[in-house]
Amino acid sequence: MSARLETLCQNLQNTLGERIRDIKTVAGEVTIEVAAEHYLDAARLLRDHPDLRFEQLIDLTGVDYSAWGEGAWQGLRFAAVCHLTSVSKNWRLRLRVFAPDDGFLVLPSVVGLWNSANWYEREAFDLYGILFEGHPDLRRILSDYGFVGHPFRKDFPISGYVEMRYDPEQKRVVYQPVSIEPRENTPRIVREDSYGDVGHG
Amino acid sequence: MGTSDMAEIRNYTINFGPQHPAAHGVLRLVLELDGEVIVRADPHIGLLHRATEKLAETKTWLQTVPYLDRLDYVSMMCNEHAYCLAVEKLLGVEVPLRAQYIRVMMDEVTRILNHLLNIGTHALDIGAMTMVLYTFREREDLMDAYEAVSGARLHAAYYRPGGVYRDLPDRMPQYVENKFKNAETVRRLNEARQGSLLDFLEDFTKRFPAYVDEYETLLTDNRIWKQRTVGIGVVSPERALQLGFTGPMLRGSGIEWDLRKKQPYEVYDRMAFDVPVGVNGDCYDRYLVRIEEMRQANRIVRQCIDWLRHDSAKGAGPVITDNHKVAPPPREKMKASMEELIHHFKLFTEGMHVPPGEAYAAIEHPKGEFGVYAISDGGNKPYRIKLRSPGFPHLAATDEMAKGHMIADATAIIGTIDLVLGDTDR
Repeated sequence: MSARLETLCQNLQNTLGERIRDIKTVAGEVTIEVAAEHYLDAARLLRDHPDLRFEQLIDLTGVDYSAWGEGAWQGLRFAAVCHLTSVSKNWRLRLRVFAPDDGFLVLPSVVGLWNSANWYEREAFDLYGILFEGHPDLRRILSDYGFVGHPFRKDFPISGYVEMRYDPEQKRVVYQPVSIEPRENTPRIVREDSYGDVGHG
Repeated sequence: MGTSDMAEIRNYTINFGPQHPAAHGVLRLVLELDGEVIVRADPHIGLLHRATEKLAETKTWLQTVPYLDRLDYVSMMCNEHAYCLAVEKLLGVEVPLRAQYIRVMMDEVTRILNHLLNIGTHALDIGAMTMVLYTFREREDLMDAYEAVSGARLHAAYYRPGGVYRDLPDRMPQYVENKFKNAETVRRLNEARQGSLLDFLEDFTKRFPAYVDEYETLLTDNRIWKQRTVGIGVVSPERALQLGFTGPMLRGSGIEWDLRKKQPYEVYDRMAFDVPVGVNGDCYDRYLVRIEEMRQANRIVRQCIDWLRHDSAKGAGPVITDNHKVAPPPREKMKASMEELIHHFKLFTEGMHVPPGEAYAAIEHPKGEFGVYAISDGGNKPYRIKLRSPGFPHLAATDEMAKGHMIADATAIIGTIDLVLGDTDR
C-alpha cells in the first residue's frame, strides 16, 4: 500500500472512528462500509473534514447481492455504493451502506451534501427500489412512464414481463405479456477459488 | 383590456423533443416558460435506455466489450478503455507497453473525433451551419483510422482486457472509383493513404493544426457565436464540484482537474501535454477548452506515433498479454499445441474467470470522467457493472444552468454539455 493510501486510511480511522464497520484496501482502492444510521453523519464528515475533503460525489449506485456466488451471500441484500473524489487531495473512496431492511428499503438521501446525488438516487430508486429519505423529487428516471417493478433486481428476468406493440384495431400502442422465450447461450459458472486464477497456470 | 386581464398571464409549459434535431438524440425536455424566459427545465431521459448494465450480467466478460461501444457512440474506444482497465484491475494482468501506447493514441484520436462532432453540431444548433461541414471532413479521416485498426468505422471493439485486438495495420483502406468519385478525386483521396496507418495519422497530425485554425477563424471571434455563448450557462467552480461535473465542463469553470495528469493511467505520465482551463465557466469558455484540447490531443498522437514506429527498436513487441487465461493464443500456436487449443476453446465457450472482488476504473473520456465499477463473484460473467457516464450529472444540471435564460439558450446549453443520449441513458 502506498504512503498516500495509508494516510487516507489513517485519516478515515481518526475522523470516522467507530462509524466505520469495515475498511479494505484492494488494488489501490479504499472501500469503507458504514451502517445506515451513521451514513449521513459519515458522509458529512467525509465532505467537510479538512483531512478528507471529498468534494465530489462521482457515482452512486444500487447493488443487489442476493445472487452473489450462486447463493453464497449471507447478509443484507441491497446496498448503495458511492464513489467519492477529492479534487483538492487527489484521492478516491468507495462508501458502501446496506439498506437495513430487505423488505422495505430506506436509506437517507445525500442530495443535501452532494447535489449530484439527485439523479443517481433517482436511478437507484428506479432500478432497485431503494427509497431515499429526504430526496426532493424521487421519480423514476430511466424506465418507461408507468413501468412496474425494479428491473435491475436479480429476480427480475432479462426479458422483462411485458412487451409493447401497435394494435391496428385499437389504433394505439398496447402492452401484453412477453412472448419471447428466455435463452442463455453461455451459462453462468462460478468455479472453485483457484480455478483460472492468473498466475496459477 | 384591464389590469385584471393582465394578471391572467400564466407560465407556459412546452415540450422540447424527444424528436428534436437539437436534442442530440432522444432527449425530452419539459420547459416551463415565463414569456421567453425559462423558469424550470425538467429533462426526461431513458428513451434510449437499453439496460446495458443488466445485459452485461448475462454475457461473458469479453462479450460485454462491444456493448460499451454503443454507449457514447461518438467516442467508442474510450468507453472500451475504461471497461478493460476495470477488468484488468480485477485480474491483475499487465498490459504490454506497445498496447498501452496504441490505446493512448487511439484515445486521443477519439478525443479529436468527439470534440469535432461536438463543436460542429453545437455551432449548427445555434446557427453556424458551416462548421459541421468542416468538422465532418476531418472526422472522415479519423473514421478511416478506426476502420484500419478494427475493421469498423464506429463500433470498433478494438480494446480487449489485456491489450488490444491486433497490431496496427501496415496499409490503409483505399478509395475506389465509382459513379460519384472520378479517377482524379480517388487519386487525391488516396494520396495520404499510401503508407501504413501511422504514416496516415502522422500526415493528419501535420494537417490538423491548420484545420483548427480554420475553425477558430469561423467561431472564436465571430460576433454572433459570442453573443450566443458568452455568459450563457455560467457555472461557478463550487457549483461545478457540487454537481459532479468532470472533464471540459469542470475545467471550463476554472478547476484544473484532468485524470490524465492527476491519476495517470497507461502511459499518459510519459506524454507532454497541457491542460487548458477556462475562467468564466460559460459556454464560450467550454468551447475554448475543447478547441485547445484538440490541439493537445494532436500533440499526444504525434508523440505516440514517434514511439510506435517499428523501426525504433523500443516500439516493437506484443500488443496483448501472453496470459492465455485472459487473451486467446495466436492462431498458429493454437493449431500446433494442445494446451493452447484448450485455452482457445475454454475462452470462447466459457470465457475468462475473474477473481471475486470489485474495482472502479476511470478514464478521462472526452466528455468527462467515464468510470466502470465492476463487481465479480468469481464467475465467467460480471456480477454487476455500473457505468458512470459523464453526461448523466451534466444533464442533471440543465435545470440550474438554463434557469433565467431565454428559450433559445436551451439549445446552446444542451450543445455545451456535449450530450449523447446513448451515454446518458445507457
